[in-house]
Amino acid sequence: MRFSALKILTEGLTGNKGWKPHWRDPEPKAEYDAIVIGGGGHGLSTAYYLAKNHGLRNVAVLEKGYIGGGNVGRNTTIVRANYFLPGNSEFYSHSLKLWEGLEEDLNYNVMHSQRGLINLFHSDGQRDAFARRGNAMINQGDDAILLDRDGVREILPYLDFDNARFPIYGGLYHPRGGTARHDAVAWGYARGADQRGVDLIQNCEVTGIDIENGQVTGVQTTRGAIRAKKVGLVVAGRSSQVAAMAGMRLPIESHVLQAFVTEGLKPVIDHVVSFGMGHFYISQSDKGGLVFGGDIDFYASYAQRGNLPMAEHVMEAGMALMPMIGKARVLRSWGGIMDMSPDGSPVIDATHIDGLFLNCGWCYGGFKAVPASGWCMAHLMATGTPHEHAAGFRLDRFETGRGLMDEEGTGAQHNLH
Amino acid sequence: MRIDCPCCGARDIREFTYKGDALALDRPDPDAGDAAWSDYVHNRDNPAGITRELWYHDMGCTAWLVVTRDTRSHEIAAVDLASAVKEGVA
Ligand SMILES: Cc1cc2nc3c(=O)[nH]c(=O)nc-3n(C[C@H](O)[C@H](O)[C@H](O)COP(=O)(O)OP(=O)(O)OC[C@H]3O[C@@H](n4cnc5c(N)ncnc54)[C@H](O)[C@@H]3O)c2cc1C
Ligand SMILES: [Zn+2]
Repeated sequence: MRFSALKILTEGLTGNKGWKPHWRDPEPKAEYDAIVIGGGGHGLSTAYYLAKNHGLRNVAVLEKGYIGGGNVGRNTTIVRANYFLPGNSEFYSHSLKLWEGLEEDLNYNVMHSQRGLINLFHSDGQRDAFARRGNAMINQGDDAILLDRDGVREILPYLDFDNARFPIYGGLYHPRGGTARHDAVAWGYARGADQRGVDLIQNCEVTGIDIENGQVTGVQTTRGAIRAKKVGLVVAGRSSQVAAMAGMRLPIESHVLQAFVTEGLKPVIDHVVSFGMGHFYISQSDKGGLVFGGDIDFYASYAQRGNLPMAEHVMEAGMALMPMIGKARVLRSWGGIMDMSPDGSPVIDATHIDGLFLNCGWCYGGFKAVPASGWCMAHLMATGTPHEHAAGFRLDRFETGRGLMDEEGTGAQHNLH
Repeated sequence: MRIDCPCCGARDIREFTYKGDALALDRPDPDAGDAAWSDYVHNRDNPAGITRELWYHDMGCTAWLVVTRDTRSHEIAAVDLASAVKEGVA
């Protein structure tokens, strides 16, 4: 099934009765050429590009719940390429370019909206750091504009410019940054993979990884054993559990990140805005809800819900920056489980077990990475060599200290990102 | 979440700073080798279930605590002074 203006018009006139499910619901086969564990954004894009870029169509995605039930359907949908360090810069730059062609490529409306992202700064030191980051972005070929206070006031007139404690000095403006509809990204990749022959197997939890003589031979699941000589582990917050099935311990801690949404309002916030003096960022969804969040709760968690101190901090920070949102009523809050790495950057790498590949460590920023992560993971699984744009995402960087990518400069240790 | 500090009683988690897995109480031998040290510094069991971790009561008695907690529910089963755990009396 393809979407077209004509199809939408005909369906509209005939009671929308002709729409078909977007993907099949197949029984698992006994053997595949490659298995991707995890049907989140990264697993689905990996399967899609395995089929599309590398002609590998005998592929299964094994998902323990349903497609889109993990972090890919829980995030605050921000898409940007404003990274600073080599290794990250080229990867996220590549990802943003894929985003810009994604709807056409997938024939799916993912509502990618390049509404612009503004990171505010509130001191001379922060201005210098953002100027440097902006230069790194421009060197990478992406866009960055350093706004002064008046420049910010022109596009974000609703901020509190009289706040004496946290004065607004300016902002780093990234016009190509923005948001996308997270569920549609999962669905679009799922449908695209399915159309190319990939089996999407839901309600199928991987419970064991079979290894013989140092080579992966398949997986055990709640729907039986499935053989494959290539297995990709793409399970975000559950990475430690699944890696343990292959006898591996990972440099990952799972933490909860919360988000909040208000009732639907008329358009008030046209961009993505982040505060530089507290953990708060916000955008407005196309339905009108103000979608906002802050930082992780800062303790290990698999609960998919957080505690009140971070909720309170986020609301306070929001009120300090834009008091007008105090009138909006919060409808819901939720949490997702983040695969936090010691340096805050991800891993896309082969493991010491032949045929077993690892994709994890996305921390709180893996939604924007969905296209490039799948692209590079598929390349790695198909060819056995890292893709040039993900060459820095090596697992051994923690042990050797070579190529650590600590964007925040806080040190490559757990609990600092 | 509230942590029942052995010195101060039950207090809001805002009073505490989180350090992470309590493996710091069990450091490898100084010459255990690079692999053991790298594993100790970077790798974690990261269990979905019961875990033992270090919390610091910085806005209270400033003691280091070993908190036994379920990461699926945030339920706290035990809180001990790290010094007592280290000396094997807790
Ligand atoms: C509140 C919140 C806000 C965020 N905001 C942003 C943002 O604005 N911008 C951004 O770039 N990123 C953001 N992120 C981060 C981003 O959502 C994640 O980094 C990314 O979605 C993780 O990759 P994924 O989509 O593959 O994960 P998931 O969707 O979690 O996919 C992993 C899948 O693996 C499955 N699985 C686990 N174990 C097994 C098993 N044993 N067998 C089979 N399947 C298994 C899970 O069920 C799950 O579906 C946010 C995250 C949260 C929680
Ligand atoms: Zn105390």
